[in-house]
Amino acid sequence: MLTFIVRRTLIMIPQLVLLSLIIFMLAKAMPGDAVTGAAMSSPDMTEAQIEKIREKHGLNDPWFVQYGHWMKRALKGDLGMSYVHKQPVKKLLAGRIENTVLLAFFTLLVTYAIAIPLGLIAGRWNDTWVDKLIVGYNYVSFATPFFVFALLMLFVFSFVLGWFPTGGSVDIRMEEGSWSYVVDKAKHLVLPVLSGALLLTYGTIQYLRNDIIDTKVKDFVRTARAKGVPEGKVYSRHILRNSLLPIAAFLGYEITGLISGSIFIEMIFSYPGLGQLFIQSINGRDFTVVTALVMLSGTAVVVGTMLSDIILSIVDPRIRID
Amino acid sequence: MNNNLLDIQNLRTSFHIKGKAYAAVDGVSFTIQENEIVAIVGESGCGKSALALSIMGLHPTKTTTLEGQVAFKGENLLTIPQARFDQIRGKEIGMIFQDPMTALNPLHPVGRQIEESMGQHLALAKEERRNRTLELLKQVGIQNEQRVYKQYPHELSGGMRQRVVIAIALACDPVLLVADEPTTALDVTIQAQISDLLKELQNRTKLSILLITHDLGVVSELADRVIVMYAGEIVEMAEVATLFHYPLHPYTRSLLKSLPGQQSTKTALHVIEGIVPSIQKLDRSGCRFAPRIRWIPEQAHENDPQLHEVAPGHFVRCTCYESFHFPDDHIGDDNNAITGN
Repeated sequence: MLTFIVRRTLIMIPQLVLLSLIIFMLAKAMPGDAVTGAAMSSPDMTEAQIEKIREKHGLNDPWFVQYGHWMKRALKGDLGMSYVHKQPVKKLLAGRIENTVLLAFFTLLVTYAIAIPLGLIAGRWNDTWVDKLIVGYNYVSFATPFFVFALLMLFVFSFVLGWFPTGGSVDIRMEEGSWSYVVDKAKHLVLPVLSGALLLTYGTIQYLRNDIIDTKVKDFVRTARAKGVPEGKVYSRHILRNSLLPIAAFLGYEITGLISGSIFIEMIFSYPGLGQLFIQSINGRDFTVVTALVMLSGTAVVVGTMLSDIILSIVDPRIRID
Repeated sequence: MNNNLLDIQNLRTSFHIKGKAYAAVDGVSFTIQENEIVAIVGESGCGKSALALSIMGLHPTKTTTLEGQVAFKGENLLTIPQARFDQIRGKEIGMIFQDPMTALNPLHPVGRQIEESMGQHLALAKEERRNRTLELLKQVGIQNEQRVYKQYPHELSGGMRQRVVIAIALACDPVLLVADEPTTALDVTIQAQISDLLKELQNRTKLSILLITHDLGVVSELADRVIVMYAGEIVEMAEVATLFHYPLHPYTRSLLKSLPGQQSTKTALHVIEGIVPSIQKLDRSGCRFAPRIRWIPEQAHENDPQLHEVAPGHFVRCTCYESFHFPDDHIGDDNNAITGN
């Protein structure tokens, strides 16, 4: 088991190097550079001044030299300066990573908390009215555009009822570390998390439901029943564990998707996370920030798939490689 | 009271297909005594497995109707509450399944799967369960039981898995074993080992076995009594020696004639014309075997074939056996009895 994890982790290194190379070259291939963005914001700069800035930041060096510089610093934890925000990228990301991870974690938690019981119920009692209700919810949530639903949530619970704040991640008047700070942060999370989770459940529910319907007629389940195992335990011991395999396989990808893809949530709830920063940085041609962000979500993909592999190898003895 | 361990009366198992119910087991009655091995034979699709699953209550309830009586030690398994049934299955009745490749949970180690029914039915400490499981593994002929105990099904061969399936069935010392084609999915050498194992277990533990198979060799080796099923009905029932030496029903005789015998290496094997009709297409009036022996005149069959006791303990359905002959036989020839060696 340990060898498997170690080996699986080592494979990540070449993957990440390749990823960084591709990202760096793609970013370079984008029209314009950091100075273009800066030039747009102050049109009174002369061509010579712009060229001077380019020279100063090494933007005229060949790409592999630039890549070398970037890699060397990145390994030391220095991701460069944001041209737009005039502060280290690392510092810029720090607070936002925390927000996004928090959002992703709770969204996933709530998604599974809703989806797994519903999938189980729908699968166990398939084609009853409860199942039809759950599948109906699935269709609706799958068909609902996220921005419509999120705006509706925002309108009803923030503007009309006033239960939750309309945006941000925490009230700036709160003192960091205090209990009320935590409570306020949680309050800011409720709407983004709920809007995301309620629409994200369909995949898990549908997978679980269909897999349970398949699994409950399998031979080994019949063996369990023949042993005199009561139906409830047949489900918990034999069916559910087998049916959770595909869900476990997707867990890594779900994490990845949420870390790198909460752009809509963060835009609508003006939640200061990575997604929001990403959009701003692309618009501002903030090259260092964009590269760091893409690299970060790329890493999330690689780590996520590794997590999936490890989780699967824990639950399914057939794919353990010792 | 008699000492019937299992008393099945007029059992009818119907599957619902497109809103209609079709009987796969159509009015079957028989008994199993203590310490008796009863074999049920017939081609695929005759209702043998459907019968076994009916006894174990393993048909999906939504799409199956069970009628009649399956009395186990006087309790009708068809009407007792599920909780009571769960106390009987696995404890008093064990079941061996047909396909050892799929009958085991791929995610649990073998030992745990054997222990599961002990945990359900017996008040044993963890250590006792483990010891008993190791003992069982040894009993079913697994030598390195300590290792197998911790292994997963995918690490074992088919024969080993079938031994594990048997160990599961025996985990709580059942009095009745329902073996649904226990050797079908295995290769020939393993088949022989498994049937030897069953025989040995039965000798030692005095359990009763309902053996479902289409392997007549296994039947002649193991069974005390044989039931021949065709299209959901019992067509003949007799002691094993009687059935092999004096088979009466055309279907039984055809089955026995289809066996490759010692003298028949050069001659073509006998083939029963046609196939077992599907339960949807089956004509349920008259003799169900008649369409496959068309050379027998219609008036030889009964309109509503009944089981007749032609000798004590020897039952045959329909009167067509009286005038039955194979197409290439001269009427009056000795019947083609084949002794099961």
